Amino acid sequence: MTAKIKPSQGSPYARILGVGGYRPTRVVGNDEILKHIDSSDEWIRSRSGIATRHWAGPEETVAMMSVEASGKAIAAAGIDPAQIDAVIVSTVSHFKQTPAIATEIADRVGAGKPAAFDISAGCAGFGYGLTLAKGLIVEGSAEYALVIGVERLSDLTDLEDRATAFLFGDGAGAVVVGPAQEPAIGPTVWGSEGDKAEAIKQTESWEIYRGRTDVSDVRYPAITQEGQAVFRWAVFEMAKVAQEALDRAGVRADDLDVFIPHQANMRIIDSMVKTLGLPEHVTVARDVATTGNTSAASIPLAMERLLATGQAKSGDTALVIGFGAGLAYAATVVTLP
Amino acid sequence: MAATEAEITEGLAEIVNEIAGIPTEDVKSEKSFTDDLDVDSLSMVEVVVAAEERFDVKIPDDDVKNLKTVGDAVSYILKHQD
Repeated sequence: MTAKIKPSQGSPYARILGVGGYRPTRVVGNDEILKHIDSSDEWIRSRSGIATRHWAGPEETVAMMSVEASGKAIAAAGIDPAQIDAVIVSTVSHFKQTPAIATEIADRVGAGKPAAFDISAGCAGFGYGLTLAKGLIVEGSAEYALVIGVERLSDLTDLEDRATAFLFGDGAGAVVVGPAQEPAIGPTVWGSEGDKAEAIKQTESWEIYRGRTDVSDVRYPAITQEGQAVFRWAVFEMAKVAQEALDRAGVRADDLDVFIPHQANMRIIDSMVKTLGLPEHVTVARDVATTGNTSAASIPLAMERLLATGQAKSGDTALVIGFGAGLAYAATVVTLP
Repeated sequence: MAATEAEITEGLAEIVNEIAGIPTEDVKSEKSFTDDLDVDSLSMVEVVVAAEERFDVKIPDDDVKNLKTVGDAVSYILKHQD
């Protein structure tokens, strides 16, 4: 017989309750990058807006950075870590795929025995994780979820590639998502364009090392991208996605306080702001200048810094959009914690 | 109606002025976008997208790298516009 199954019972809405970040202690200036490439500080700044980035040391693992960021997010949310029912980690730079690093992080933050898994959505990863968390909370599979974006992109950086050597940074950003009585995370506009998957990619599969004892001729895998194609897509296609996220949330640009795009490159951010025609009063996250591009970690890291420095405040309305490898993207409007 | 060569040159001059701040009278056929007009590879994408909208033409990424001078862009648009 087909038995009657009880429906799960979730919260009517979800919201971000707390955010935390971890930036590695070592700050790397453009002078250090210039030891390996023929370029200049002026060129790097004019093409990317990046002056410094943080690169992780041996102790600053994906797990360690995640635990540090999560601890701050949990404290800011004011919950007991044992209340967390789901841990979602977005990363492309944790090199041991099994088990999911989310399980170790969940244990180390004191979350007990939550559902824990990793996702791979590149620079869109934070938005993907946030959307999953919201879904779990509204559907009833979790009351509180921890979403982490974490990268050690210095491990996937070709120091001799003058187009990307200066671009990437390391770090972790985390948010606690929980139940709410009012909508505080809007509809997500997300998707992927697999026909453009070659535009941002890892140069080689790890398979290149299989069965080899001499790897002296193998160039270690790194992230590479087609700069102009990515710039065009990121600015002009993503501006449409950002606008759609505003429209679907029923929020006018005039009502917006903060814009937190993925911190890919200052030129993309500037051009996107122009294309979107955002009003002057909107605070724009420009964390890329001192953090570099940290992929899935960039949005929560930028959010944390805006709140910590008083450039944004709790209750502000923010448009967030992540975009990158895939080419995958996710945009939504949120109320800041 | 398709734009003439003179109209395209004038339109491109206005676009380059808007994006790179170069006086329109300096945007001449033989000028190189990167070497003479302060249009780097990323600004070039902005120029291309603005030109696409203005002249109702598609300029794929693979073709952008062949547009070295203002004259290259004018010829491309003349040939590909509807």
